[in-house]
Amino acid sequence: MRVLVIEDDDEAASFLVKALKESGHAAEWAADGASGLEAARAGNFDVLIVDRMLPERDGLTVIRMLRSEGVETPALILSALGEVDDRVKGLKAGGDDYLTKPYAYVELLARVEALSRRSSPQEQVTRLMVGDLVLDRLSHRVTRGGEPIILQPREFRLLEYLMKHAGQVVTRTMLLENVWDYHFDPQTNVIDVHVSRLRSKIDKQFDKPLLHTVRGAGYVIRDAAT
Amino acid sequence: MTQRPSLRGLGASVATTVFGATFATTTAFLVVTAALFATLFHQANAILASEVLSALAVEVDGLRKIEAENGLAAVQQAIEARVRSPGPGLYFLASRDGGQRAGNLSQLPPGLRADQPLFSYEGAPPSGTRLAAGLMVKLTDGSLLVVGRDIDEQRTLAERLRLFALLGFGVVAIGGIGTGLLISRTVLGRVDGMTEAARAIMAGDLGQRLPRSGSDDELDRLAGSLNDMLSRIEMLMAGLKEVSDNIAHDLKTPLNRLRNRAEAALREAGSVEDLRRAHEQTIEAADEIIKTFNALLLIARLEAGAVEDTKQPVDLSEVVADVAELYAPVAEEAGIEMKLHLAPSPPVLANRQLIGQAVANLIDNAIKYGRRKPCGTSGERGDETAASVLMVEVAAQFDTVAIAVSDRGPGIAPEDRARALARFGRLEKSRNAPGTGLGLSLVAAVARLHGGDVVLEDNAPGLRVVLRLPTDTRR
Repeated sequence: MRVLVIEDDDEAASFLVKALKESGHAAEWAADGASGLEAARAGNFDVLIVDRMLPERDGLTVIRMLRSEGVETPALILSALGEVDDRVKGLKAGGDDYLTKPYAYVELLARVEALSRRSSPQEQVTRLMVGDLVLDRLSHRVTRGGEPIILQPREFRLLEYLMKHAGQVVTRTMLLENVWDYHFDPQTNVIDVHVSRLRSKIDKQFDKPLLHTVRGAGYVIRDAAT
Repeated sequence: MTQRPSLRGLGASVATTVFGATFATTTAFLVVTAALFATLFHQANAILASEVLSALAVEVDGLRKIEAENGLAAVQQAIEARVRSPGPGLYFLASRDGGQRAGNLSQLPPGLRADQPLFSYEGAPPSGTRLAAGLMVKLTDGSLLVVGRDIDEQRTLAERLRLFALLGFGVVAIGGIGTGLLISRTVLGRVDGMTEAARAIMAGDLGQRLPRSGSDDELDRLAGSLNDMLSRIEMLMAGLKEVSDNIAHDLKTPLNRLRNRAEAALREAGSVEDLRRAHEQTIEAADEIIKTFNALLLIARLEAGAVEDTKQPVDLSEVVADVAELYAPVAEEAGIEMKLHLAPSPPVLANRQLIGQAVANLIDNAIKYGRRKPCGTSGERGDETAASVLMVEVAAQFDTVAIAVSDRGPGIAPEDRARALARFGRLEKSRNAPGTGLGLSLVAAVARLHGGDVVLEDNAPGLRVVLRLPTDTRR
């Protein structure tokens, strides 16, 4: 995956580029809005990471200009600003996700990887499969090894999101945002409890667990054989 | 304080606006009065003089007539008759050689001329020289006749009047200036008092208030308004101080913990694995600090009201149901039975995210602190779960929609309730509990932002928190 980091802070940028490379991605860096805009136009990137406060052209303007030129590369906005209305403004400008500084790298990586997947045509698939677990998005039915699994509506959406991002780490805040549509920080491990309930339904009676906890990051659903 | 005597000096009094105003008014008054008096005098004199002269002219005409009809001897007789009766009339009929033929004037008045009707004459003792007005005419036979009138009385009166007028001017002038000085000294005294109080306040004594005389005049009202303003400022300053104290405490404690841990790891870690664990702990601690910081920042932003344009009609029952569903498994694992009672309610103009967070905080608190028996108390364990009911309600009341979250925990003592809702407020007990401890503060801030409020009630036993939001869309 090719990532463009548009960030004016040297240290933050070099940390990001280095970390992304260590995670197996190609990363490039642009230090201001103008050069970022140019690089984003020219380069064939899978994801843009755009700092909101940039010299010359601010991050939102860069994204807005790219979108108006038809460049649809998914963009993650990084911002030191709070989230009440800034998030809304960021997404309105054409950003695809919004992360507030200071952030955990695992959170950023998970979101970037989720964004890169978004641009691929996976979205349209009506049947999601991980190992012998099958989720039918049309009939809302879930089976594992052919046996039906009864899920609550929310559990279904939780599993759907996890399976849509099969093989990718999904963080707790991503789940809260995408499954529940809330952006606040739940002080308790609410998401963990929901995931463990889902796990007990899809994994408990089977030898091979599919839903895994990634320490310090979140969850991933994958077929261990692959 | 040491400046008071010099401030109160005569020079300072004279240099005030009040004195200037009084002085100007008095001067203007005096000038106008003087002009008025002068005119009055002049007019009165003129009228008096012309009246006397015309009366004299009539008398002269009468005497001429007598001469024409009966001759000079008759004139002489008439004059002698008139002189005998007492009165202000003065007469002199000259003989052919210039001596006195008749009359009570001993000689022809020396200063008397046609254009100068005033003359002085020697009256009978003890009056001495007196003022008179007169006409001098030549009779048909050529002898001179002077008919005059004593006007010494009038002159004395006029002089006395002038004296009184001058005296009056003096009194008014001195009185005016004196009053000016007095008023300016009184006002100056009070203004000095205020200046002094203001200096003390500027020097840091926020408890000081401007002195009031109790007369409820304009200075008093000004002092009153300024005092009200000072009270408000003092309150805000106290609030600010408390807020910064709270923030300092909320951030310093975990920062200190983080630092201690890092130091301990550096000192004690024997293996790479130890270091790794310490590192992880450090990051966890940093995350906690970031959480607290974010909560503080969010509350500050909400208090500043900086999120106006994100409001939209929100069905509170829907939000509450969502959040309750989110927390249901946690409540269940904590052995708490969560009950929902969602009455239909009109939509509220609100920020859905913030309302969701507020409800989450309320439910989160109820789960954390709302159990029947707090940990540590032994016995009665069987009773614990049965009574741990968490009630979440939504109900429309008049023009508000109320979200109520009630638990069966220890509750909050009435005297602590205001503190729990205060800006950045947190109860001592919660400082060391997990979480930022700013949950209720945030709920209160969200309520204020939406024009609503939060009430803490006794659920007997337990705590009942009611978040009320207006359905009215006014801001």
